[in-house]
Amino acid sequence: MIPLSWYLYLSAALFAIGLYGVLARKNAIAILLGIELMLNAANINLVAFWRYTDPAQMAGQVFAIVVFAVAAAEVAVGLSLVISIYRARKTVIADELNLMKW
Amino acid sequence: MDASQILFFLSAVLILVSAIFVVTARNLVHAALWLIATLFGVAMLYVLLEAGFLAVVQVVVYIGAIAIMFIFAVMLTRRDLLSQTSQTNANWPIALGVSALSLAGVAFIARGFGFSLDRVPAPVPADSLERLGAALVSPEQFVLPFEVASILLLAALVGAVYVAMNKK
Repeated sequence: MIPLSWYLYLSAALFAIGLYGVLARKNAIAILLGIELMLNAANINLVAFWRYTDPAQMAGQVFAIVVFAVAAAEVAVGLSLVISIYRARKTVIADELNLMKW
Repeated sequence: MDASQILFFLSAVLILVSAIFVVTARNLVHAALWLIATLFGVAMLYVLLEAGFLAVVQVVVYIGAIAIMFIFAVMLTRRDLLSQTSQTNANWPIALGVSALSLAGVAFIARGFGFSLDRVPAPVPADSLERLGAALVSPEQFVLPFEVASILLLAALVGAVYVAMNKK
């Protein structure tokens, strides 16, 4: 039998790794990869709480499915932004995209 | 230690090791492939949690669509970070500190949570997939979030096509 706390600690660790990726990576696509890790950590928590509280209520799984949809939308828009920026500026390094910084 | 715990440890090791490679790999194609390994480990966790539908959706949507889209985006941009330059920006020690702090904070909250952390899970009803489908379209439950997610996907589709379109 797996205690609920194992899932929580695992998803906390996955979230921390994803946060490091978002904050430290230079490449804009790598930043989006880190965001995917963080969304997956949140999803593990949602499904684990669904399983360990009241599995007859489907709220946890529904919320996880909504997170799937949001992740797909985020990746589509984010990657198209990266490609569009790459076309205009010939770079995907987030540090060099300082056009709107003053 | 029973079989489910061994499976949990296997998938946890797969998830954490491949996630570390996702954020440290120099070659972004490799990072995207490690992301696929992470997502597969998460799908294994869903199977362990008896959410079979979510495991299938994880493989089909995340691995089949999102990870492939990452690989396409990596291939459509220049590989200018493959050279000797660092993959991380100047603030990476701060980033490491912040993420370690968030890990410690979340673990602390999980410990102090008033929730019984080693409660025995209730059995999953046999018709859980039917319940999930009914919950998604039932007006008493989640039809509004479902429709909002549909509109969001449509808007993201149109927006992505418009933003990435070559306007010449």
